[in-house]
Amino acid sequence: MIKKIFTLFLILIPIESFALIEVDITRGNLDPLPVAVSPLSIDEKSRKSFEKVLKKKNIGEEISSIVENNLRTSGLFNPLSKDAFLQAPDIANFKPRFEDWNLIKAQALITGKVNYIDEKLRVEFRLWDVLAAKEMMALAFTTVPNNWRRVGHIISDKVYERLTGEKGYFDTRIIYVAEEGPKTQRIKKLAIMDQDGFNNKILTLGNELVLTPRFNPTSQMVTYLSYFKNLPRVYLLDIETGTQEVVGDFPGMTFAPRFSPDGKKIIMSLAKDGKSDIYTMDLENRIVEKITNHPSIDTSPSYSPDGKYITFNSDRSGYQQIYIMKSDGSDVKRISFGRGLYGTPVWSPRGDLIAFTKLHKGKFYIGVMRTDGKGERLLTENYYQEAPSWSPNGRVLIFYRETKTNDKGEGFSAKLWSIDLTGYNERQISTPMDASDPSWSSLLSN
Amino acid sequence: MTLTKIFKNTLLILTACLVLSACATKKEIATDIEGKMQGDVYTGTDTVKYLADGVPDRVFFATNESILTTASRETLRAQAAWLRKNSGINVVLEGHADERGTREYNLALGERRANAAKDYLMTYGISSERISVLSYGKERPVDSGSNPLSWSKNRRSVTVKAN
Repeated sequence: MIKKIFTLFLILIPIESFALIEVDITRGNLDPLPVAVSPLSIDEKSRKSFEKVLKKKNIGEEISSIVENNLRTSGLFNPLSKDAFLQAPDIANFKPRFEDWNLIKAQALITGKVNYIDEKLRVEFRLWDVLAAKEMMALAFTTVPNNWRRVGHIISDKVYERLTGEKGYFDTRIIYVAEEGPKTQRIKKLAIMDQDGFNNKILTLGNELVLTPRFNPTSQMVTYLSYFKNLPRVYLLDIETGTQEVVGDFPGMTFAPRFSPDGKKIIMSLAKDGKSDIYTMDLENRIVEKITNHPSIDTSPSYSPDGKYITFNSDRSGYQQIYIMKSDGSDVKRISFGRGLYGTPVWSPRGDLIAFTKLHKGKFYIGVMRTDGKGERLLTENYYQEAPSWSPNGRVLIFYRETKTNDKGEGFSAKLWSIDLTGYNERQISTPMDASDPSWSSLLSN
Repeated sequence: MTLTKIFKNTLLILTACLVLSACATKKEIATDIEGKMQGDVYTGTDTVKYLADGVPDRVFFATNESILTTASRETLRAQAAWLRKNSGINVVLEGHADERGTREYNLALGERRANAAKDYLMTYGISSERISVLSYGKERPVDSGSNPLSWSKNRRSVTVKAN
């Protein structure tokens, strides 16, 4: 659906590749690459047309600042101040004077041009290696003007991919729960926004409690828990049409839903008679399968990216720990053995790591471990934080954090945060209201 | 020889002092909430409402537990007696957890707590058809504080009239 709206033409201009720049992505933000993002040049006629359509004074500058912001927040790049730029945007895009860019210590340069053609937005951009004095990449896009923010994100993804060798994560969205009101009577609504916090949209009215929304692989559907009519059940929401439907007909509370990697099944917990087990439901033929059968609490299931395994949370040992099993429920193996309680395991899209929440000595941690449980690394510690969700490239985790209240029970807040897999570059993602339960979409243009 | 002995004794006394003083501080903390908590189960009446005279509406749990305490069983027996007398009344048992746990696990834990209460009511003759169970996890705390006493009030199963 998203793709239908977003008619995008990618024209790849082939170039010789002798890239000398390489970003070391294993070290996080210790040594971010200095990059100059020259404002996209724009002719006066196009500028005026876009000002009329989009109410933006200079769309070229706006798109560049999206790119600049994305590169900065990744922690891997250091976009240089525009005040130091010596060359005008249009000339830079035509033929950069590399000595000038070298002088301000830029190692990479991004230039480009915006045109208004047949009521469409046409953007071309180029990535230059300053030291080698070479063009590294040149691309052009044509789309409807309203997609201008996405164009900025797509350019960011292309630059990120070219310089790091990994897919980007900027042309993505976050589904989350927007919250307000006193802690004892929180009002919660599903909300969606771009990865950078723009284009916020509330999706439900807040008449009933909603929790834990998660995208399907194409990012068009969301599965979540709703307390509609005081019957907590797993629901499906079509983001484009707004259609909601309950998933299956279960004799008790269904919760903790996620999609299978092929998007065909929903995996979730069913709580009944004091025990919670894991079930799947096929969305096409509605066949329900029981995956675990144990008197304990089995919840928070998450598939491996190949769909062959499931990681989940169980207290069958007496306390909350992380387990993995084959997707048919066989070969259950406990993998967390450290001190403390472990919850909400989420399999990395790369397949090699499991992110989790850990509670130890009154503190909450977001951490990662290998799928055999070894190599546990705690990325961040706080009073309360949980529910990590992976960026589609498996590089960044988003989660939510709640504050401790004072003696009078005041001062509660819930905010979204992200952190690099290395444990560096922790940052808050600002939202119009309080926020929790974030889930990261896949790359929208792919 | 003697010197070592003296030294050893002094050390022993020193250690004893340290242990004692540590105990003293611990006791002080405990007295702060004395009368309101036993172990970490809430025993006060701050948040408790009554279904009828002498019939409290809620029972409390220890951290991560769904075991009914002696006091909880007494409360539930009173509820069962009241329900037997009022055979037209159905109830919802609302299970809750404190904020010190992950959201999804707490949903399951709230359900397990409410079911512990349900099972007990059933052993005292209340038909399962009159009881439904609803878990709120940590979503509806009764006390918004971030301290052990507040958490103890929030770990609860509340019996609510359904009709």
